Amino acid sequence: MAQTNNLQNTNGEADDSPNMLVYRKMEDVIARMQEEKNGIPIRTVKSFLSKIPSVFSGSDIVQWMLKNLSIEDQVEALHLGTLMAAHGYFFPISDHVLTLKDDNTFYRFQTPYFWPSNCWEPENTDYAVYLCKRTMQNKARLELADYEAESLARLQRAFARKWEFIFMQAEAQAKVDKKRDKIERKILDSQERAFWDVHRPVPGCVNTTEVDIKKSSRMKNPHKTRKSVYGLQNDIRSHSPTHTPAPEAKQPTVEELQEQIKFWQAQLDRHRLKMSKVAESLLCYTEQYVEYDPFLATPDPSNPWNTDDATFWEQEASKEPGQQRVKRWGFGIDEVLKDPAGREQFLKFLESEFSSENLRFWLAVQELKRRPIREVPTRVQEIWQEFLASGAPSAINVDSKSYAKTTQNVKDPGRYAFEDAQEHIYKLMKSDSYSRFIRSSAYQELLQAKKKSALIQGRRTSFEKFSRSVKSKNLF
Amino acid sequence: MGELDVLKKEAETLKTQIETARKAVNDTTMEAASSGVAPAPRIQPKARRTLKGHTAKIYALYWALDNKLMVSGSQDGKLLVWDTHAGILANCVPLKSAWVMTVSFSPSAGLVASGGLDNMCTIVNISGEKPKTMRELDGHDGYVACSRFLSETSILTASGDQTCGLWDLETGKQKQSFLNHVGDCMCVALAEDQNTFISGACDSQAKLWDIRDGQCKQSFIGHTGDINAISYMPNGQAFITGSDDCTLRMFDMRADQEVMCYQNAQPTAGVTSLSLSLSGRLLFAGYDDFNCNIWDSLKGEKIGVLSGHDNRVSCTGIPSDGMCVSTGSWDSFLKIWN
Repeated sequence: MAQTNNLQNTNGEADDSPNMLVYRKMEDVIARMQEEKNGIPIRTVKSFLSKIPSVFSGSDIVQWMLKNLSIEDQVEALHLGTLMAAHGYFFPISDHVLTLKDDNTFYRFQTPYFWPSNCWEPENTDYAVYLCKRTMQNKARLELADYEAESLARLQRAFARKWEFIFMQAEAQAKVDKKRDKIERKILDSQERAFWDVHRPVPGCVNTTEVDIKKSSRMKNPHKTRKSVYGLQNDIRSHSPTHTPAPEAKQPTVEELQEQIKFWQAQLDRHRLKMSKVAESLLCYTEQYVEYDPFLATPDPSNPWNTDDATFWEQEASKEPGQQRVKRWGFGIDEVLKDPAGREQFLKFLESEFSSENLRFWLAVQELKRRPIREVPTRVQEIWQEFLASGAPSAINVDSKSYAKTTQNVKDPGRYAFEDAQEHIYKLMKSDSYSRFIRSSAYQELLQAKKKSALIQGRRTSFEKFSRSVKSKNLF
Repeated sequence: MGELDVLKKEAETLKTQIETARKAVNDTTMEAASSGVAPAPRIQPKARRTLKGHTAKIYALYWALDNKLMVSGSQDGKLLVWDTHAGILANCVPLKSAWVMTVSFSPSAGLVASGGLDNMCTIVNISGEKPKTMRELDGHDGYVACSRFLSETSILTASGDQTCGLWDLETGKQKQSFLNHVGDCMCVALAEDQNTFISGACDSQAKLWDIRDGQCKQSFIGHTGDINAISYMPNGQAFITGSDDCTLRMFDMRADQEVMCYQNAQPTAGVTSLSLSLSGRLLFAGYDDFNCNIWDSLKGEKIGVLSGHDNRVSCTGIPSDGMCVSTGSWDSFLKIWN
């Protein structure tokens, strides 16, 4: 399942902006939408005295998606379509808000020049030129919206000193635009506006060009970013992206390679489990725990989030573990050790058999690992004296290798002094004490007895619920 | 050929041999193996709570072990601690740096950790009357993307400097450094026994580490973009990752490879976060397209969607009792669903 990643250089770092993967996927879909034969039918619509060139309806888009993409329903199509519109790949020609509607609203494709994959980060000076240019043109459709007028006023204050320069640029741009063919102008104007709708969205709309701060701080190729739409600033790029040399990849050193080889050799030598076994164990686990999964089985008595009844949590906190909880201890020793009530019952059972030293040692070592460092040396000594020293009151049986290692560790005591011993004891408990506990009448009683009290509890709870609801309705 | 080239060739040969060894154990696929399992029910969780309080993008959230308290971090420079069931604010921790990327509770929930663009992990004691900054763990050369407590005195961090770190909170010093990733480390998850942990990074790889000796034990490839989120399967033998390449993948540590890929029919949004239900059967994943998808982790099918946020879902979390799932978003709201 390994895939070669041609987006990465030899260092393994992605060369592109963080969203590039997503842009490429969207552009694949756009390319298919724009196909002559099987794409969306683009047409020119006659309206009063003018023509609306190069459009298609929102319904056209939805229909095309349902037919050509593995999409289940209209809701999914609208979701995906709105996502693509919000990134600016197509846009409604009469609205600044970029969403997809399944009706006769007209849409147009964005020109590749303005696609987000070109890493645009247009400056405010460009936005100023654009808004200024719009005010110079005498067309109703180019009138500024309220938020645009506000932005223009703000930009005029911000760039007061270079406003003359901006004005001149706007005039020059307006002149160039006037020279264009009328139909072409309509299309280009709308595409330019859609570009700005993406980069300076209507207040309240999501700005899809926003980048996660974790990613923005590692934009690797600032020279690939295009900042100037109208050629105002010094565009750092002097040639196109395809001709820009990629940054020098770091060469590994001999030492680094030797380390890598050691690592890969160790990896090669490791034992791998067959997929069938892996799947089997995973299936087994999920099946065993499904009844404990509140998303798949209703908790007893209810999910507090669903019913606002916190009984479940009260039961969990109580000293009396419910039947389902006791049953879970039977799944494995870890379940018993994880649950405070489980540990308590396990300890109780072992004490009744006068064989609790193993568990007490294990619990002591667990607690040691969480102690503040200044208390560790004393505690290590205490544990050693209690469980391992010759003549220890709660002597445990550890294999000679672990015993030797532990003796050494205790001389320079740290939190992990008893690791080896603890592991040995854990294995012992797992194979011996734990299975005795599960087979014990004490455990079996807990398992059965809870069934009876659960019934009583059930009745009690529903009465409690009734009286609570009565109280809240102030009937009495 | 120079020594460098010889070594490079040797490394490449080993990698190819490893791939062959991995393929050799593929006597079936996870999909084939779970074809006999009944499909998970199509669920439609409802939003039970909407927690309003942040005034800017939420970047991270974390449930306390008591299953009631939850902490969230936002670019408004605050950590908010919520009493989720009551739906009210329990505590507010103002941060020195507003660029927070990660939050977490200590096991007792008496401490919260936060980290971000300030390259530090800040530990705050919230058990007193007023929140008190206890430690500022300074040592990373890059942003702190993720932090997870091992205990009240020990914390693990993942950083944009391509390393992970284990810190002792009593001395405030870094005890262990984990070096092997060649991209920013974005996320970590601790094994239950706390002897190992897994990490995901911008080099598209996930790695398994031994906490005590700092060694990388296993590397997992398969993703083609930054890995933003990682979580153990409850059985502790497998884990799931979410990435900018719009997919989630399950890796099994005993099979030493990817065993499942979760991909939308039209993959057009990166995965920002993920959480697993208690049994591991359900996978909740937050995406850039404002939704949180629900996947059947065994069969690889999408079985539901949580939609309700007006901007990117940046973080998700399921409490230890598995009773609900929470989502945090750039729209500044947190929602709790079940």
